[in-house]
Amino acid sequence: MKIAVASGKGGTGKTLISTNIFNILSDAIYLDCDVEEPNGHIFLKTETIRKESVYIPVPEINESKCVFCGRCSQVCNFNAIIVARRKVLVFPELCHGCGSCAYFCNKKAIVETPKEVGRIETGIYKGKWVYTGRLNIGEPMSPPVIKKLKEKAAGIDTDIILDSPPGTSCPVIETISGADYVILVTEPTPFGLNDLKLAVNVVRKLKLPLGIVINKSDLGDSTVKKYCKKEKIKLLLEIPHDIWIAESYSRGELITDTEKFAGIFKKLFKDIRMETI
Amino acid sequence: MKQITVISGKGGTGKTTLTACLSQIAKNIVVADCDVDAADLHLLLFPKIKEKYNFFSGKAYKIDTNECIKCNKCRELCRFNAINDNFTINRIPCDGCGACYYVCPVSAISETENCAGVYYISSTENSIPMIHASLHTAEDNSGKLVAQVRKEAKKKAEGTNANYILIDGPPGIGCPVNAAIVGVDLALIVTEPTLSGIHDLKRIIQIAKYFNVKSMVIVNKYDINLKNTEEIENICHEQGLKCIAKIPYDEIVVKSLVAGKVITEFAPDHEINTIIKKIWEEIK
Repeated sequence: MKIAVASGKGGTGKTLISTNIFNILSDAIYLDCDVEEPNGHIFLKTETIRKESVYIPVPEINESKCVFCGRCSQVCNFNAIIVARRKVLVFPELCHGCGSCAYFCNKKAIVETPKEVGRIETGIYKGKWVYTGRLNIGEPMSPPVIKKLKEKAAGIDTDIILDSPPGTSCPVIETISGADYVILVTEPTPFGLNDLKLAVNVVRKLKLPLGIVINKSDLGDSTVKKYCKKEKIKLLLEIPHDIWIAESYSRGELITDTEKFAGIFKKLFKDIRMETI
Repeated sequence: MKQITVISGKGGTGKTTLTACLSQIAKNIVVADCDVDAADLHLLLFPKIKEKYNFFSGKAYKIDTNECIKCNKCRELCRFNAINDNFTINRIPCDGCGACYYVCPVSAISETENCAGVYYISSTENSIPMIHASLHTAEDNSGKLVAQVRKEAKKKAEGTNANYILIDGPPGIGCPVNAAIVGVDLALIVTEPTLSGIHDLKRIIQIAKYFNVKSMVIVNKYDINLKNTEEIENICHEQGLKCIAKIPYDEIVVKSLVAGKVITEFAPDHEINTIIKKIWEEIK
């Protein structure tokens, strides 16, 4: 089962939920898809045993073959190539690696060369694989890194936990597409509710089953609960605000290393399994 | 005119709450909510929308199945696996590169401008001009929408002779963040004393440096873990950044949020307000 943990809003506890579900499973794979700010490894304390680069193909112009016809620039929807009178300018940071420029060049003057946009780090936690995606500093596009990360778990018949980035745009969609279930983590505040609604819209647009976890459930108001009821969304778990949780989180500890929370998360996982049958 | 962006790397550290508080103290400003993915500033500042515009970004493609000769060229060329077996385009993986459109030998694919969201020119409850936006569900290109919001904010600030543009930034380090800090005068980094907060702080400091933007740091909920707070102060010192304030953890913040009020208004005598005033003095 592929479970994606998303939230809309940042800082609601996605990593808390995803690392702790992973912790109670005997066999699973953890994918940290928050490649802009991956935090899962802090709690899983994995040592990196392997690093590999993620590349996208970007054009390189062979100026001896180029006739400056401008076709490449015409077919580039991202303004990554500009053709001047006797010069072709390439802006790799705008390139999406679609390959149109090379394909449509009549003179075969464009070759595509790999450009590193990020890395994937492989680690092991309690005998289970942990993959962390990391976008390079200054690199704008995370979906290629997330895509590569998801390939790591493709075709493997075990539970896969996807820790999603915040927000509701392309990186989140790349992460949760193809999941069997989406957990949305929220807080019972107006901010939490506002962003939860946006996230629910995204999950529904992708036609995926979803359930909600309310973190710090006693620290706000009841509007999130009312919203769940009205929208007929399964409320999976409420975690009350607990200074012990906040402190252990700040030290990078897993709460499911205690018997109490191990039990709570095992039940959470079982409930999700029931939901997807 | 000075542009200040509040960023954090990590989400949920208090960017929006702080931006809202600062907006109440600062005089002669324009505020911009550049977290277009999950905008929240309107929940505290209650803007009245004065103008609303569609935001167009990228292209949307559609295959006319009557015209299509099923030659498969588009499917072979598409690197995003966005063309289904029945020759329809799946909008979710489609990147809008247009390779299919350019390669189609019978022109069965049409191209339209893609409306990816809306942006608003508004005025807050106490008459501060505010620019904000909302990205349509499952749309990409939020970086471009951020740039649009900033462009409108700048126009507004020039029109009203504002001294400051206060920008609520998005979380992360990717394209929307890049768009929110490029060319600003100051990045105000809000962090929290957790290991993940520290991890993300280090990355966001690098981003600010990469874009050559001066930054200052604020530790929110500093008393949750004093050891980590000390480490944050050390990082700031090593990086040559000023850690200008430490805000204690206090439930009053959530309470004011639930009441839909800015702390300066909800609890004017609370010590957090004194800290916020100091922050403004430091950054203005």
